[in-house]
Amino acid sequence: MSTSVAERRSPLLKLFAWSFLLLWLVLAAFPFLWTFWGSFKVEGDFFSKADWMWAIIGHLTEAETGSTFTGAGYEGAWIQEEFWKSALNTLIVVVCVVTISLTIGTLAGYALSRSTFNYAFWLLIIALIFRAMPPITLVSGYLLPFYEWNLWGKLPTAIIVLVAINQPFTLWMLTSFFKNIPKDLDESAMVDGCTHFQAFRHVIIPVMWPGVITTGLFSLLLAYNDFAVTAMILSKENQTMVPKIASFLGTTQTKGNVMFAVASVVSVTAPLFVLVMFFQRQIVSGLTAGAVKG
Amino acid sequence: MKHKTFFWFVLPTSLAMLLFIALPIVSVVMQSVYAPHEQVVIEVDNCDIFGCTKSTMVDQEATGKLRDAEPLGRFVGTDIYVNRSHLAITEISLAWQNSAGMGEFLSEVMNLPFYRALAFTLTYTFVVTPLVLILGFMIAVAVNSIPSVLRGPTIFLSLLPMIITPLIGSLILFWMIDSRGIIGTLIQYLAGDPSLSMKASTPLTWVMLMVYGVWHSAPFAFVVYYAGLQSVPKDTLESAMIDGASRWQQIRYVIIPHLVPLTTFIALMQLMDNFRVFEPIVSFNASAHATSLSYFIYDDLGGETRLLSSAAATSVLTIVGVAVLLTPVLIRTWRDFGRSKT
Repeated sequence: MSTSVAERRSPLLKLFAWSFLLLWLVLAAFPFLWTFWGSFKVEGDFFSKADWMWAIIGHLTEAETGSTFTGAGYEGAWIQEEFWKSALNTLIVVVCVVTISLTIGTLAGYALSRSTFNYAFWLLIIALIFRAMPPITLVSGYLLPFYEWNLWGKLPTAIIVLVAINQPFTLWMLTSFFKNIPKDLDESAMVDGCTHFQAFRHVIIPVMWPGVITTGLFSLLLAYNDFAVTAMILSKENQTMVPKIASFLGTTQTKGNVMFAVASVVSVTAPLFVLVMFFQRQIVSGLTAGAVKG
Repeated sequence: MKHKTFFWFVLPTSLAMLLFIALPIVSVVMQSVYAPHEQVVIEVDNCDIFGCTKSTMVDQEATGKLRDAEPLGRFVGTDIYVNRSHLAITEISLAWQNSAGMGEFLSEVMNLPFYRALAFTLTYTFVVTPLVLILGFMIAVAVNSIPSVLRGPTIFLSLLPMIITPLIGSLILFWMIDSRGIIGTLIQYLAGDPSLSMKASTPLTWVMLMVYGVWHSAPFAFVVYYAGLQSVPKDTLESAMIDGASRWQQIRYVIIPHLVPLTTFIALMQLMDNFRVFEPIVSFNASAHATSLSYFIYDDLGGETRLLSSAAATSVLTIVGVAVLLTPVLIRTWRDFGRSKT
């Protein structure tokens, strides 16, 4: 992009912008770096009363383990506390939630984008209201029926619930993506004798992937990051990673075990890092989809 | 699109939302007007050689029968809504009559759990939302002014606080703010008070939670504003320049009007998300100093005794709050829809 005349700035303003940006970047990224580095230390270093430099040089870590880095936190979390089970549960939940909610979401999103009836609008409005409701308010409605029908604590239950909670958001996002696909495409297919579903299958599906991938990313984040639903609905054996970390905090505040929580926090963060690295463009476009076009 | 086709296309989604969002709301409302049965207590005479004593015991059979007959519990109407842990009508009117001034009345009200949660939730929502807008806008302007090679990595780093799981992001900050953590130590050093603990004071806890809220949500506002700045009409900007508009006038009359719809969008999303503030309170272990409506429900649902009715009543009140918050937006959307049809 060429710098236009209008974009020229005074040097003072430039200096201010740069230093402000630098400050923000430190604020945004430093906590992650700090925690990542600290997860390889012992608790005495990570929470250092004596000297904050110890968290960096690992003074006590060296004294206790003989090296300035230790994987004890990871070993304790993943093997001793069986964090791998939660990781597996999270994987199952996330994959299922994304697949199911995209499948049913694309169908509905497509229909909503092609319909001008009032009830299509009302469906979207109801979805918006549902989107605004804190998930935890619904959880108190689930518990009693789920106990009654013996559904509580199982992974499929959590998956279905997360799919449903995901739907309002998925609907809005996909509807706005489908609105950008010209109507002429499927209309001409129908003129050629396709049914509406065939038009969707043969004409729309091949061109919808960018929007679907972006929506899928956000479904994934929602399922991966959820705490309210998974903490209340899953039993202890079926816990996913986030509630598992919360339970670390409640029960294992004894010495050393805080480092299990630190190590598992880093383990949960790592996939998100990779995700942002590869899908930055899609995430940005998804965040702005509702705003810039609507 | 024909009605019938539309119906089949939206059926799975509607079914999912009906079963797992709409029906639970009904279930929540039902639960909030029923309370669990009290145990049936009977008096029995225990007679031995020293005489008879009366003692009470729980009649398990009768209790079980009662529970089977009315599985929802006994109907209590709005009792749960007006009791001490929720709207506390009696307590409020008592406090209103007995307290000398407004200050005393407010402090009485703030002792009631529901109002405490409501006060924090509203403060959080209406402090964090504007700060997010401002910080996000400033970052967007700053990023927009750096060479485009650097923008990619900058956006990557800026996205991190938002993408991170809220529970985990707040945990990371909590550990740093701990009196033995790096930020905690720094604050103690700056304040010159080595015993200062952010966790022990209510105002500092509130500030901490809100700082986390801004840190977590600012990237969202930034990304939306940044995208908006990319699409500022260049021609208008240049002609304003030629007409002799100063830099400030360009911002005021060209850029800001262009960004107003985006601001509404961000504000709406932020209001919805901040109203449900929950995870940071769990992570910061802050429930002694700050509770939100969501945390209040979570607290009732967890623990040894699951207070389903109490949680349900709070849920209904929260949903009402969300509805009130959303009304202006809904009206606007309805108008937009009417316009888009013509």
